[in-house]
Amino acid sequence: MFNTLSQIIFGRLTPSDFVHDPIMAGAGYAMIGGLVLVVLALTYFKKWKWLWRTWLTSLDPKKIGVMYLIVSVIMLLRGLADVLLLRTQQATNGSAGILTSDHFQQIFSAHGTIMIFFVAMGVIFGIFNLIIPSQIGARDVAFPLLNSISFWLFAAGMIIINAPLVVGEFSTAGWLAYPPLSELQYSPGVGVDYWIWSLQIAGIGSLLSGINFFVTIIKMRAPGMKLMMMPIFAWSVLCCTSLIMFAFPILTATLGMLSLDRLLGMHFFTSGGGGNPMLYVNLIWAWGHPEVYILVLPAFGIFSEVVATFSGKKLFGYTSMVVALVAITILSFTVWLHHFFTMGAGADVNTFFGIMTMVIAIPTGVKVFNWIFTMYRGRVRFTTPMLWFMGFIVTFTLGGVAGVLMSVPPADFQFHNSLFLVAHFHTMIVGGVLFGAFAGFAYWFPKFTGFTLNERLGRYAFWLWIVGFLLAFVPLYILGFMGATRRLDHYDPSLGWQGLFIVAGVGVLLICAGVAMQVLQVIVSIVKRNQNRVGEDPWNGRTLEWSIASPPQVYNYTVIPTVTYRDEFWEMKRRHHTIKPEYTDIWLPKNSATGIIVGLFALIFGVAVVWHVVWLVIVGVIGVIVTLIIRLTSDETEEKLTAAEVAKRELKRQTV
Amino acid sequence: MKQVTNDPVVQEKKTLGFWIYLMTDCVLFAGLFATFAVLHTSTFGGPSGAKLFDLPFVLVETMILLTSSFTIGLAILGGARGFKKQTLVWLIVTFALGAAFLTLELTEFSHLVADGNGWDRSAFLSSFFTLVGTHGLHITIGLLWLLVMIVRLWKFNFRQTDLNRLALFGLFWHFLDIVWIFIFSIVYLIGGLS
Amino acid sequence: MRKDKKRSLKRPIQVVLSSVVAIIIITALVYVTRGRDIPVLNPHGIIADQERNLILLTVGLGLLVVVPVFIMLFTIAWRYRASNTKAVYQPDFSSHKGFEALWWGLPCLIILTLAIITGIYTHALDPFKPIDSQVKPVTIQVISLQWKWLFIYPDQKIATLNYVDIPKDTPINFMISSDAPMNSFWIPALAGQVYAMSGMSTQLHLMSNSVGSYVGTSANISGDGFADMHFKVNSMSESDFATWTQKAAVSTSSLANTDYKKLAEPSHDSSEATYKLTDASLYNEVIMKYTSPGGSM
Repeated sequence: MFNTLSQIIFGRLTPSDFVHDPIMAGAGYAMIGGLVLVVLALTYFKKWKWLWRTWLTSLDPKKIGVMYLIVSVIMLLRGLADVLLLRTQQATNGSAGILTSDHFQQIFSAHGTIMIFFVAMGVIFGIFNLIIPSQIGARDVAFPLLNSISFWLFAAGMIIINAPLVVGEFSTAGWLAYPPLSELQYSPGVGVDYWIWSLQIAGIGSLLSGINFFVTIIKMRAPGMKLMMMPIFAWSVLCCTSLIMFAFPILTATLGMLSLDRLLGMHFFTSGGGGNPMLYVNLIWAWGHPEVYILVLPAFGIFSEVVATFSGKKLFGYTSMVVALVAITILSFTVWLHHFFTMGAGADVNTFFGIMTMVIAIPTGVKVFNWIFTMYRGRVRFTTPMLWFMGFIVTFTLGGVAGVLMSVPPADFQFHNSLFLVAHFHTMIVGGVLFGAFAGFAYWFPKFTGFTLNERLGRYAFWLWIVGFLLAFVPLYILGFMGATRRLDHYDPSLGWQGLFIVAGVGVLLICAGVAMQVLQVIVSIVKRNQNRVGEDPWNGRTLEWSIASPPQVYNYTVIPTVTYRDEFWEMKRRHHTIKPEYTDIWLPKNSATGIIVGLFALIFGVAVVWHVVWLVIVGVIGVIVTLIIRLTSDETEEKLTAAEVAKRELKRQTV
Repeated sequence: MKQVTNDPVVQEKKTLGFWIYLMTDCVLFAGLFATFAVLHTSTFGGPSGAKLFDLPFVLVETMILLTSSFTIGLAILGGARGFKKQTLVWLIVTFALGAAFLTLELTEFSHLVADGNGWDRSAFLSSFFTLVGTHGLHITIGLLWLLVMIVRLWKFNFRQTDLNRLALFGLFWHFLDIVWIFIFSIVYLIGGLS
Repeated sequence: MRKDKKRSLKRPIQVVLSSVVAIIIITALVYVTRGRDIPVLNPHGIIADQERNLILLTVGLGLLVVVPVFIMLFTIAWRYRASNTKAVYQPDFSSHKGFEALWWGLPCLIILTLAIITGIYTHALDPFKPIDSQVKPVTIQVISLQWKWLFIYPDQKIATLNYVDIPKDTPINFMISSDAPMNSFWIPALAGQVYAMSGMSTQLHLMSNSVGSYVGTSANISGDGFADMHFKVNSMSESDFATWTQKAAVSTSSLANTDYKKLAEPSHDSSEATYKLTDASLYNEVIMKYTSPGGSM
């Protein structure tokens, strides 16, 4: 009797699910401890109201962008901690390692999932939120409330993926959870369910965000800004969001089917019952390959802005760049099968997908040449963003060759699922997406704070990263040639791989030092901010966001500019053209708690499904629906900032 | 007080956003259709569509949904002309038709499950239940939306926001109709006759 | 004055420092790699041999782009650094039809070449394609289990666990399936990998060209004991192989249906074993188990 009652209340949750080995428990306690500290600090300094009003319920994309970045940085630290454990395990092979194979597999599954979904995705959405509206001369995104909901769904997903540190376990099936391994038959625990619902909830947030920014760019550009006059970063975001719109619904459907297999005993991807595990592999990569470009296209955009600004020159081959972006966008849907040439689809199919994959190298190559030629006959200032750019070109080109190598199917047979592959995609994602994010961070930081980052520490961080990166991944390429497969928690010592794993481990330590240097850089820059104060336009920028205040007012522009040139702000400066201040009433969205409440109910829903707590699932669903209905039936969602107030704010800014 | 939401640009954004949402939903259904196409022969010794589907029954379902697409059109026309009563009546009729459709679909499902041909019988039935069920879930959400709109129209007079939402709902409902026609022809006709 | 001195010293220090770091990295890598076996680059089978050549060819073609890119990147960056006020400065120089045609054209040509090579090699090295040879091929059926590899020699009536003996210079026809989550069957020294999937049968044709013992492995995560899923491939002369098959065929332990069921249970066992095969259709039964409800197992 008690048993069934507890099942009704708690689903399959039992007290023993809270018991973890020391490492996981340590991580869990550290996270909870950090959270408690934050709560205490907020209470002590009486900041709850401030937090709620200024941040949690804010619909200002600049605030939401910062929250995305904060979550991503925390998740980056978590992902790095995971790597330290993975590398320690492999480098100390022979002395029995420190982790059980089950724990090791949970860690690499979490590492991949977190780095892609909660670091890379978070970073790009953070940057979209901060930059896109002001760069296209808009005050806001198309749907401010939807934007907030997207963020809180992302945050809910983030909490779900970290929950296994405290209760239950995480998936051991890798970051893409191939069935049948991820089916009930082989993974009966809650791990895969955590994985599914974390991604499902965060993924829906990403999809909504994608729609939001697509509409923002299509409908809200400043008058005169034709598509071919848009800054190239905005173009890259337009392409990225189109990819999101086509790719993420496939993820939603695929995860949905996997969870139906697990919850209701369906047979989509099971090995018996007529199921077809390979169908899952096809579907997940039909999302997964575009996902790679969803991450890297915005980075391309950032580098385009950075190299043009710091070369003091127009971007070389703008039209080529746009054509290349669009070409990559379209082609990225035609290559998914290259992730499993080894499935045995036959030579004709493999040849087709191999060649399509190589074809992507053409527009990518064109972009590399155009970036380099942007510096040609320029005046290149080697600030930190430019260092990241140089590092990016080097790593991305080398990683690209490795990619082309693997696009040849018979060559791929020797590299697939080996550490060579692991090294390749880390080269692309670290060297492309992460370096791009770092470049963008250093580049746009003064826009949102009014002071620049410390250059010296930035340079140190860069060199630690580059050297660490080489040490961490060159050994993996070599190990791939030696026949080392990925995801091994131990290996035969006689193979002689340990030395290379140790070198890779040293590389990871250097990368950690680089990250520590970056954290230090931000702290030092904030402490010494008065020495680095700059105005609106510290880099002699080219695009419109550099024409507004640093930090920008909530409404970005007092007067929406009219655009006549591609590098509008650059041309304005060149022609000594200034916009005459003119103050009108500005309508802004009111704060709304809808986003955070929807996120909360989504979180409840997700956790309840994972643990099979039916009543709580119902609470979650009804909560989301009721919250949305209440919001959609309320009319007073905007408030007016009167012309007088705007004038007062602008005047105050100018006198400071 | 200025009603910002009446701004034509705001409405344009919403319409574009909604169209794009429908397109993403289309991709989702495409994924489910593709899955059905791959798995429809994987009956694993269980019955195939030809044995299970009652075509006249499904035809009735189809007719009901098509009619509801017509009635929602009448409701929107009524709304555009400011005829509150006409709009309300047609909205209620649409709701009733949608609910009838859903009831029939659930009846079909319960018969299948009762005969031992539930979603866990074979991959074919999993994909069938999921594809048709996802459509049904959309209809359910649509009914909920419709209910909220009926209540609002009842309580307040026409507001521009509500009329705009009514137009978007029209898009949604027609979209579900089109998806159903695909389900009818691909799942029931081709699957049921072959 | 003092500042100038400081600056003039800065660059040499940087150069020395970076050279030292580079030398340390290279020495470390050479030190940990020297004397190690690199099967992908040092293969012992005709398929892996061609795959190695293809890899080197592709890398060569890639270098045709990489080298000019690196030269351009560093020379242009250096030449047009802000402190070099002598360099030309043309802030509006943003398009040049000739240049752009060059870098749309050059990669197109390289990719075209590579595409042709890909088409030819993908068909030539299709793992499903039998190898042309006068020698009669040996068929070996492979089943991946949790977490071990079972090899069945249907013609020789033998089965082996976690090791496979093959004759040198003889085409081997591996038929691969799984009674476990998906694995990937990979012997880097002999040929690239193919997935092992339940309910399906894939193929891998290969031929060893020298006597020796090579490492085989699973390249796809398949659960807890995945790291233990390696096996030994012993390539031997034809006569040695014949002797071995005769000896193995009278092995004391046999592999009937019930024995197989016990073997298929999850275990971390990486020990080797040899069986007499009593159930000749075992491989097909394992596949049928997943494809039809009446599967006999």
